[in-house]
Amino acid sequence: MSEPTTQPHAAPPSSTSKEVKIHIRGLEKSFGSKRVLCGVDLDVHDAESLVIIGGSGTGKSVLLKHVIGLLKPDAGTVEIDGTAIETLDNRRITEFRRRFGMAFQEGALFDSMTVGQNVEFPLKRLTAKTPEERRQRVEECLEMVRLEGVTDRLPSQLSGGMRRRVGFARAIAVEPDILLFDEPTTGLDPVTTALIDEVIVDLNDRLHTTTITITHDMESAFRIGDRIAMIHQGRIIADAPPAEFRKLADPRVQQFIRGIADGPLTSEQSAAARR
Amino acid sequence: MARALPRPVEGFLLELGRFTQMLGRLFAWTPRPPYDVRELLRQMVKVGLGSIPVVLLTAMFTGGVMALQTFTVLRRFNAESYVGTLVALSMVRELAAVLSSLIVAGRSGSAMGAELGTMRVTEQIDALEVMATDPVHYLVVPRVWATVIMLPLLVVLADALGILGGYVVSVPLMGANPVSYVHASFQFMDLKDLTSGLIKAAVFGLLIALIGCQQGFYASGGAEGVGRATTRAVVLASIAILISDFFLTRILF
Repeated sequence: MSEPTTQPHAAPPSSTSKEVKIHIRGLEKSFGSKRVLCGVDLDVHDAESLVIIGGSGTGKSVLLKHVIGLLKPDAGTVEIDGTAIETLDNRRITEFRRRFGMAFQEGALFDSMTVGQNVEFPLKRLTAKTPEERRQRVEECLEMVRLEGVTDRLPSQLSGGMRRRVGFARAIAVEPDILLFDEPTTGLDPVTTALIDEVIVDLNDRLHTTTITITHDMESAFRIGDRIAMIHQGRIIADAPPAEFRKLADPRVQQFIRGIADGPLTSEQSAAARR
Repeated sequence: MARALPRPVEGFLLELGRFTQMLGRLFAWTPRPPYDVRELLRQMVKVGLGSIPVVLLTAMFTGGVMALQTFTVLRRFNAESYVGTLVALSMVRELAAVLSSLIVAGRSGSAMGAELGTMRVTEQIDALEVMATDPVHYLVVPRVWATVIMLPLLVVLADALGILGGYVVSVPLMGANPVSYVHASFQFMDLKDLTSGLIKAAVFGLLIALIGCQQGFYASGGAEGVGRATTRAVVLASIAILISDFFLTRILF
């Protein structure tokens, strides 16, 4: 296990002058005999919107779950503002999570509760707000994700895009300083995707949160990200602002951006399958 | 990777480990605030009230069958006067608790497995953790205690209906004397007979709810995984009831 203190690793990437909020070094994770993360190094800066892209099963969601402490690394470290999250005990991790908001793939709304109760849930559990204050905050959050008049509906009565936005509203309810979006647009039509992307950009601007979004939709990535990182076979293989990212020479990056079936990504995959 | 233990043994040890861990977390979280009394009551209604009709029906017919069977056999020894005693003691000490528990395992244990399993595969349990809410505290604690409280109450009803079922068969159907039948039913009954049945019911309630929750909690693999969790919740709880019944009987009498 590495020391909880910050170690002076190789010069920190200085794409922005802002301080590092999330500092990941040498992160490794296996499930059984399957190695999912094989040494991920990544920095996320304060108030930055980072997009992580990569194919299915490349370890994007696993990486995100390490950031929020839902999974413990086999090796390496994840530091948030200088605190190594894997060294915290259960109680302190619970405290720590108050600073996070996470929106899950399909929304992960509690289906026995109405939309309003879903958004109110973290407020009830984590704040000392009065019922009236909570009601106001719920309205505010729903408005920020451009949903109104759905407070009393059940999640099952909403469309996929709406459910995800309710998930966003729930994630921002307690004013977290780090927001995580796990494949927010997967399975949605292009128009709804564009709307969701706009909401994410809007939230990032208005709330000045540090945001990590995971996606395999390149258009979304370019719309949302201040910086884009690509994960492949458990490692970060590219990391650049959108304009530079487009021009990267790495054939794997180009294959992914253009969505081409034949190329280094797919030939590596079939080689791995043959092994 | 080489397997150190045969698969069934490994599976059994894994389940046992998870069960013990869940039991530990249950006791660790129960005394901690916030106390969700409303959720507890909601679960009590779900587990208890819903099971009443089927528990009553089962108890009534079981008491009736017991009377029919023992009447036929005891008549051969001219000992029909003990039918009431046999039916009442069997119901109170054993049958009411085991049968009610098996029914609750089928109704509520499976429902808990399905509900928590669905919450697991749709990431609702992860969402709870992310919102600084321990899922065992929020989901498992109310379900387990609701079942532990409600099952003994159901068993009291089952006791009464079982004895009534015996009476209905013996007196109007087989022509037993009503006064001596009732007298025989309660003549040899101790308070301990009743309490031992209720203690059993409480332990079975703990097993049913904890196993149901545990199966759901560790479910994986989409709809199929939820189905598997539901089935296992019922099967494992039923086995646990029957095996622990033997040991409880050994300890309590």
